[in-house]
Amino acid sequence: MRKTGILLASLAASLMASSALAQDISVKIGVLNDRSGVYADLAGEGSVIAAQMAVDDFGAADKGIKVEIVSADHQNKPDVASTISRQWVDQEGVTAIVDVPTSSAALAVNEVLREANAVFINSGAAASDLTGPACSPHTVHWTYDTWALAHGTGSAMVENGGDSWFFLTADYAFGHALERDTTAVVEASGGSVVGSVRHPFPGTDFSSFLLQAQSSGAKVIGLANAGGDTINSIKQAAEFGITQGGQALAGLLIFLTDVHALGLETAQGLVLTESFYWDLNDSTREWSARFQEKDGDKPTMVQAGVYAGVLHYLKAVEAAKSADADTVIAKMKELPTDDPLFGKGEIRADGRKVHDMYLFKVKAPGDSKGEWDYYEKLATIPADKAFRPLADGGCPLVQ
Amino acid sequence: MFELLGIPPQALFGQLLLGLINGSFYAILSLGLAVIFGLLNIINFTHGAQYMLGAFVAWMLLTYLGIGYWWALLIVPVVVGITGIIIERLLISRLYHLDHLYGLLLTFGLALIIQGVLRNQYGISGLPYAIPPQLAGGQNLGFMFLPNYRGWVVVASLVVCLGTWFVIEKTRLGAYLRAATENPTLVGAFGINVPRMITLTYGFGVALAAFAGVLAAPIYSVNPNMGADLIIVVFAVVVIGGMGSILGAIVTGFGLGLIEGLTKVFYPEASSVAIFVIMAVVLLVKPAGLFGRTA
Repeated sequence: MRKTGILLASLAASLMASSALAQDISVKIGVLNDRSGVYADLAGEGSVIAAQMAVDDFGAADKGIKVEIVSADHQNKPDVASTISRQWVDQEGVTAIVDVPTSSAALAVNEVLREANAVFINSGAAASDLTGPACSPHTVHWTYDTWALAHGTGSAMVENGGDSWFFLTADYAFGHALERDTTAVVEASGGSVVGSVRHPFPGTDFSSFLLQAQSSGAKVIGLANAGGDTINSIKQAAEFGITQGGQALAGLLIFLTDVHALGLETAQGLVLTESFYWDLNDSTREWSARFQEKDGDKPTMVQAGVYAGVLHYLKAVEAAKSADADTVIAKMKELPTDDPLFGKGEIRADGRKVHDMYLFKVKAPGDSKGEWDYYEKLATIPADKAFRPLADGGCPLVQ
Repeated sequence: MFELLGIPPQALFGQLLLGLINGSFYAILSLGLAVIFGLLNIINFTHGAQYMLGAFVAWMLLTYLGIGYWWALLIVPVVVGITGIIIERLLISRLYHLDHLYGLLLTFGLALIIQGVLRNQYGISGLPYAIPPQLAGGQNLGFMFLPNYRGWVVVASLVVCLGTWFVIEKTRLGAYLRAATENPTLVGAFGINVPRMITLTYGFGVALAAFAGVLAAPIYSVNPNMGADLIIVVFAVVVIGGMGSILGAIVTGFGLGLIEGLTKVFYPEASSVAIFVIMAVVLLVKPAGLFGRTA
C-alpha cells in the first residue's frame, strides 16, 4: 500500500514535471518586412496580421506554447535588416524571423541566421539563391521564387509565340536573379533574348527604358521588377502604345495589390504566376474573408505564405517539444505541410517549400464581378514541375 | 545610316525628348522651391509631399465628387495652395528669425506626417488615375511615338514656368517681391504689407507643386511616396541652378532632365546618380550654383 502510494506520488510528480516542461516552450516570432516603402502593401502590417491569425488558429495557448510576435521595418535595406535580425536573435530571444521581402535584405538575414539559433521562414523575397548557392540549414523559403516565376510566366509566353525577349530589370539582387532565371527558360524553350536594360531601384519614369525595349523589336518585354516599379512600367507602357504596337508585356512578379493599384482597365490581359489567390477554393475564400475583416484588403500570396509558414513552424515546435532551431527545422522538413491556403506539400532538404503554382490572367473590367475579382486561372503548375529540381540548385546542403 | 556614339540618331532624339518631359517636372518643382527660398529663406522640404497631395486631391475629386482632370488642374492648386497658406500662417511664420535649419526640420517633419497619414489611409501601392480622353493616344513623330499627354506636359510646364519668371522679373508685383527679399523693413515702410505678400508667395509655391502633382497623376503611380522619391532630385536641381534663382531653376530643371535622359541610354545603372555627380562638381567649381549670386 505504502509502495503504491510512493509510486503514485512519483508518477504524479513526473506527470506534473513533464506538463511543466511543455508549458516552458516559448517562442518569439519576428515579422521583419517593409512597413513604409514599395512593398508595404503586399507584406507590411498584413503579414503581422497573418502571423497572428496563424497563432490563433493553431491554438498555441491551449497547446502549452507561449507565442509572442514582434515586428519591424527593414526599409528594404540589407544593412538595416541584418542589424535588426542580429539584435532580435542575440538580445531579444527571437526564435524565428518570418516574411522579409526584398531579396537583398532576405539574403542578409539568411547569413545572420545561418550561425544563430533561430529559424528563417521567408515568404516575401524572390531570389532562388536562398535555396541555391546561398542555402542555409536554418532557412525555409515558403511562397515562391524567381525560378518558379520565370518558368510559370516565361514558358507560357514562349509557348504562345513570344520567342524574343527584352528585359527591364531592377538593378539589385532580385532583378538580376529573375532576369537570369527567365533567360534560361526562354533559351531552353527555343526563344532568344535580344537585350536588357537595368534601371535604378526604385524608379519613377520608365519611358526611356520602354522606348529602348520598343526599338529592340522584341516580341515580349519582360518586367524583372516588382511593386511600384512594375506599376509604373505597365502604366507607361500603355501610354506609349507598346501593347497596341504588338509587343506583349510579361510581368514576371505581379502581386494582387499591384493589379488593384493599376485598375483592370490598364492591367487587363497580363499573364502572371502566383502561388496563392484568395478565390481559389472554399478554404482560401474563408480565410481571406477573415483576413479582410482585419486588414481591409484581400491577402497577397506573401501574406498567405506568412500564415502558412508560421502555422507549420508551430506544428513543428509542438511535435519537437523544443524551440531549438536545428531540432525545429528537422521537424519542419520531416512533417508534410498541410494548410488551408497552399494545401498539402513538403519542405525539401535545401529549404524549398514545394506546392502548386498557378498561371493567371488578369480579367477585363467587364468580366470582373466584384472589387477584388481580378484573376482568371489559366493553368495549375503541379508542385513537382513548379520549382527548381533539388539537384540543379547548387545548394551545398544536398551534395 | 550614321550613328552617334553607337546609338542611331532617331533613338537619340526620342530619348532627348523624354528627358525634356522629365525635365518639365523638375522645372516646375524646383521653380516652386526657388520662389519659396528666394523670398522666405525657407528650405521647403514639404514640397514633395505637396506635389503628392496635388495628385491625391485630383484623385479624390474624381473619385468622390466626379470632377475630372481639367477642373482638377484649376481646383487642386488652389486647394493645396490654401493648405500651404494655413501652414505658413500657423507654423512657418514663427521661424523666420531663426536659423535655416529650423525651417528645414519643421517642413521635413510636416512632409513625414502628411505621407504617413495618406499611407495609413490609402496604402502604398497607389491609386489608378486615367489620362483624360482628350489627350489619349499619341503622334508618330517618325523617330518615336509621342503620347499626346506627354506633349501637353511639356507645353503646360513651359507656360507656367515662363509665366512665373515673367511675373517675378518683369512686373511691379515681382519688383515688390524682390525688394521685400532684400530689405523687408524698408519695403514695409513704403506701405506694402510684407507678411501678407510672403504668405501668398508660399501659397503660390505650394500651388506650383500641386499643379505638377496633377500633371503627374495620369502617368506616374499615385502613391504617398511619389513626392519623397522625386524631391531629393529636385533639391539637387535647385542647388545646381543656384538657391533662389528663378531662371536658374527653370533652365537647370530642363537641362538636367536632358542629361538624365542621356544617361538612361548610355549607362542606365547610373541614371539615378548622374544628377548628384553633377551637383558635387558644380558645388566644387561654383559653390553658389550655376545661376546663383555670391553674396
